[in-house]
Amino acid sequence: MNETLKSLRFTFLAVIAALFVSAFIIVITDIEALGDGNFGQAFNTLGTAYWGLFKGSFGSLRAISNTITGATPLLLAGLAVSSAFKAGLFNIGATGQMLAGAITGLWVGFAFQLPPIIHVPFALLAAAVGGALFGAIPGVLKARTGAHEVITTIMLNGIAGFTVLWLLKTELFKREGRDDAISKFVEDSARLPKLFWFMGKRIDLLAHTGFIVALLATFAFWWLLRKTTLGFEMQATGFNQEAARYAGMKTKSLMVVSMAIAGAFAGLAGGSEVLGLYGYASGTVAGDIGFDAIAVALLGRSTPIGTLVSALLFGALQAGGRQMQVDTDVPIDLIIVLRALIVMFIAAPLLVKAIFRVKGDAKAFGQTFRGWGG
Amino acid sequence: MRKHKGLKSAALALAAFALIASACGSDDAAEEVTEETEAATEETTAPLPGAGTLACMVTDTGGVDDKGFNQISYAGMQRAEAELGVTIDLLESSSDADYAPNLQSFADKGCNITVTVGFLLGDATKAAAEANAGLNYAIVDYAYDPPVANARGLVFATDQPSFMAGYLSAAMSQTGIVGTYGGINIPPVTVFMEGFRKGVEYYNTQKGASVKLLGWDGTDGTFAGNFESLDDGKNIAKSQADEGADIIFPVAGPVGLGSAQFALESGGKVKIIGVDVDMSVSNPDAAEVYIASVLKNIDAAVFAAIKDVVEGSGVTDNYVGTLANGGVGVAYTAVPADLQAEVEAIGAGIADGSIKL
Repeated sequence: MNETLKSLRFTFLAVIAALFVSAFIIVITDIEALGDGNFGQAFNTLGTAYWGLFKGSFGSLRAISNTITGATPLLLAGLAVSSAFKAGLFNIGATGQMLAGAITGLWVGFAFQLPPIIHVPFALLAAAVGGALFGAIPGVLKARTGAHEVITTIMLNGIAGFTVLWLLKTELFKREGRDDAISKFVEDSARLPKLFWFMGKRIDLLAHTGFIVALLATFAFWWLLRKTTLGFEMQATGFNQEAARYAGMKTKSLMVVSMAIAGAFAGLAGGSEVLGLYGYASGTVAGDIGFDAIAVALLGRSTPIGTLVSALLFGALQAGGRQMQVDTDVPIDLIIVLRALIVMFIAAPLLVKAIFRVKGDAKAFGQTFRGWGG
Repeated sequence: MRKHKGLKSAALALAAFALIASACGSDDAAEEVTEETEAATEETTAPLPGAGTLACMVTDTGGVDDKGFNQISYAGMQRAEAELGVTIDLLESSSDADYAPNLQSFADKGCNITVTVGFLLGDATKAAAEANAGLNYAIVDYAYDPPVANARGLVFATDQPSFMAGYLSAAMSQTGIVGTYGGINIPPVTVFMEGFRKGVEYYNTQKGASVKLLGWDGTDGTFAGNFESLDDGKNIAKSQADEGADIIFPVAGPVGLGSAQFALESGGKVKIIGVDVDMSVSNPDAAEVYIASVLKNIDAAVFAAIKDVVEGSGVTDNYVGTLANGGVGVAYTAVPADLQAEVEAIGAGIADGSIKL
């Protein structure tokens, strides 16, 4: 059984374990039914809830579209965290890098009049560059001064958040007739086409071709790791920085480059949200995606395929959670609990092994980086 | 071989679980029947017109417990549940990206009326209404022009009760100076301030007085620049009090709570007019600083929209809450009875059109 399959199986088992624990939570929190001694009702709620979870994520074309819509930014931001992990860096700054990319992509999106075939790639490129430049800052700080990237990326998130709020209120970005932090719309020529354009004008199919961009980015990440010297050097630095330096690698510039690459992925996440989903930017455009991306990367063991699978899983949970909330009184907040449980089971491989009586070595399961040093 | 064992035990566990679930499910069918009969007996004693109607609400990103318009709107939903017997449901939006999918989910569920809260949902609600001609929609604080056949905007003539509050404040001021300020300089805010200004002016012409208003001159005035900072509310109230104002009307959401805090510390020298809800009730810690509140009865408007759907009269036209239809009003907390009667008479005058704003 090869490595990838093995890790996928573990992920699957962790998901099953998390669903079990969540099931208990759903049942015991169905207070009204339990208070009446109505256990059947409580279990019925559970059945409806999980059926809704499935139906809302894969049960129809719209459900699949919602899953993809949710997974797109998670995948790109997840790559931002994964790629930094590979180089031994813990990138908490995907939120800030997303915002940087969202703003540069937005600006190119409305400030230029170009044919779509040029405008879309140009705006995406701008988003990637914006994210890369912003992402490089903590890299430079670490290489030059030794400032830890966990601290600097968190702080830069705050800086990016408030800078964007301010920018959105300036004359350049502000939408006509609005005083809150919301931007004007990008030109239609800069909008990423709908993924299901061939289905005609269905407004409920929100998925956009940002997903294709995300898939291409995943492939690029794989190619970088497997086929390039740079990727090899990044990973070598990630494994052991001292050894890498002894082997003649320029570990300091590698830090900067790794963070810039991570920033570019996150910038694309911001850009694809603005150009694909919204058509404009607001203060909440990055939401919690940058933080959820850390869980995505952890769950995917920082591999390209793993990040892809876990982003799709999280997207599905998000889309299905909405349906679950509609069909039952189980709030969408349960999805946060469920995700936390999945990550917990992933991080505790021995627990999963014990529950499912899987034998074999608990080989570095869930260990995507080597702690806080670097 | 190992993998088979692991997967097998997982599958077995799943199967066992499914069995339990289905067993309980069949149990449950019987219970459901009893429940239905129970419900039926209840219905015979108190038939409610809204049974079978599904009323749903989508909040904006503030969430349903925002102590603001989401919460008040939901109060209207709950009232419809209690009085009309409709079934209610709620989806909260955590970002702009949730509006369309949330509305879509409720359309799929067949919600007879979906109430959305706030102008942020304006475009999404319109799109949903146009895509689902058989369903009804209502949106708080937004009006469609031209109107949408199955979507009702719920807006409020808040200048009317503010006018009454202005008159009342002018009459009660000891110093002859009253103040107002806003959160952000946008029409939904300044309409309160302008009504208040006209009310003060009306008092002056009626009584030959010269009560002065701080913070709004009809075109520009004092604004906190946000709807969050209690410190700003405190500072603005302090500077207006320093200029002699003894009654202040903050139109700034939570910022106004800072002014109430200042009034509390002033030891009775400064009084506050509440906004949107009866703040002597909603802000019990500083209840004694409020002399009256300008009410915007969003819950009543939401309830009325649901009632119209239950009664089958539809939601074609936009709703404008006025003194005449009870959509807006004034709550009196510490107003002398004779003045209260005087202000009520002015309110009646506005309602029947004899007093023009």
